[in-house]
Amino acid sequence: MEEGKTIFLVDDDTDYLFQLQHTIKKFGFDVITAESQKEAEKKLENFKPDLAIYDLMMENDDSGFILSYKTKSKYPDVPIIIATAVASETGISFDLQSESERKWIKADLYLEKGIRSDQLHREINKLLKI
Amino acid sequence: MEKLKVLVVDDEPGIRSGINRILRKFSVDYPFMDDVIGFDLEMAPTGEEAIEIINKEQTDIVLLDNKLPGIQGNDVLEYINQKQFDTYVIIITSHASLEVAIRATKNGAYDFVPKPFTPQELKSSMENVTRQIFLRRMTSKLNKEGKQIRFQFLSVMSHELKAPINAVEGYLKMMKQQEFGENIKDYEELIARMEKRMENMRNLIMDMLDLTQIESGKKSRELSTINLTDIAESSIDMMKPYAIQKDVTINLNSPEKLELQADPDELEIILNNLISNAIKYNKQGGTVDCYIRQNKGFATITVTDTGIGMDKTEQTKLFNEFVRIKNEKTKNISGSGLGLSIVRKLVDIYNGDIHVTSKPDEGSSFTVTLPVYTNTGKEAKQDNPEQQENQN
Repeated sequence: MEEGKTIFLVDDDTDYLFQLQHTIKKFGFDVITAESQKEAEKKLENFKPDLAIYDLMMENDDSGFILSYKTKSKYPDVPIIIATAVASETGISFDLQSESERKWIKADLYLEKGIRSDQLHREINKLLKI
Repeated sequence: MEKLKVLVVDDEPGIRSGINRILRKFSVDYPFMDDVIGFDLEMAPTGEEAIEIINKEQTDIVLLDNKLPGIQGNDVLEYINQKQFDTYVIIITSHASLEVAIRATKNGAYDFVPKPFTPQELKSSMENVTRQIFLRRMTSKLNKEGKQIRFQFLSVMSHELKAPINAVEGYLKMMKQQEFGENIKDYEELIARMEKRMENMRNLIMDMLDLTQIESGKKSRELSTINLTDIAESSIDMMKPYAIQKDVTINLNSPEKLELQADPDELEIILNNLISNAIKYNKQGGTVDCYIRQNKGFATITVTDTGIGMDKTEQTKLFNEFVRIKNEKTKNISGSGLGLSIVRKLVDIYNGDIHVTSKPDEGSSFTVTLPVYTNTGKEAKQDNPEQQENQN
């Protein structure tokens, strides 16, 4: 069922990007990557992913939020995951449970980096309704 | 103009309007304040009304008559202290006696103005209390900002330290699960990437140690007379392999001897950082020019590159901790983000100065100026750098 679904990965840590890409390809998805908010915005001009996973902090501290916002404005039906290690480092947690937060952050799911790959697979499938 | 809220509590209408006349157009300013501070006046004829107003809104200063028809001035003062309002009280009373003054100050009154008072007496008391309020607010603001900066530093630092661990951990997991085959040769690229991340992490930790030692003042400093040119030469030697890798040429333009009183390790850190940055952010085949000059008791070190450069906004952020200019041009260049903040801190220790000029895509030029002292503690006599240079 994963056939032909493309996932858009954006992270400025090339090693993390490489590893995540490898994991997700193993799930059977196609992957397109970008290494910065700017590169991602450019790619989104001519391409609509089936799902996007964004790092939070890239050129700017809130690059992931900005990308989410821009993606949702152009493609409202594309599910977005924000993946970051912020919570365990700063104690700031973003919880997308409440309606107002979902409205503001514009992402469907917030995931900690370092999540187990089977968990990630399940979350992706849920968002893609597979 | 910033305004402090002043509440005048007196049962005599004449005194209330008198104070109003004196303070209405009065303002306080000091050389160290950005803004002039003026006063918003409110009147209360009784202690009861005063308490009502204080409860309702933030009141900065209370001018309080001790003798009131209902509850007394001292009762109001006690109430303010009990509730721990951020309010300064100046006691005004015609029944001025030492006893009342002592009691009031014991209860936490800030100042005491005997009635009848001249406008000048009232004004100078207001000036004192205003300065006190201003200083206390500044202190608490600075404390808060200090904590905020500390918190940011720690969270960014843990992010920078955790990212390489996560990357290496991820690769190890891939190896363990033999994602790319059973042969160790299949993992050469992964291993090289891991090594790179570990190396960066080590550099970051070294930089951090430098920085914390400088900050805590614990780095033992050994001042001696050193020749800046020698240090520049050894620094350039050290960077040679890196420069060759990037095909960058380094030129040194320096008098044979430029002596100053300094810690050689510290000057080496300064030069290493400037030169390695000039290579790191250069273009393939670029040039680094290092000029050392002495001019009227100052040594200047200028390191100029032909690299990617920066725009004005990027230049202003440059010397802060963990600031790495992130853009398309720098994304494949690694660094701790601490180098220039270390340089700046060291330069500060020498009462020197660092500044940068830069143009995007053309290059940057960093200039460090250090005062030159010889071991006699006096400024060195000015050498003639031009002449010595010609001899080289």
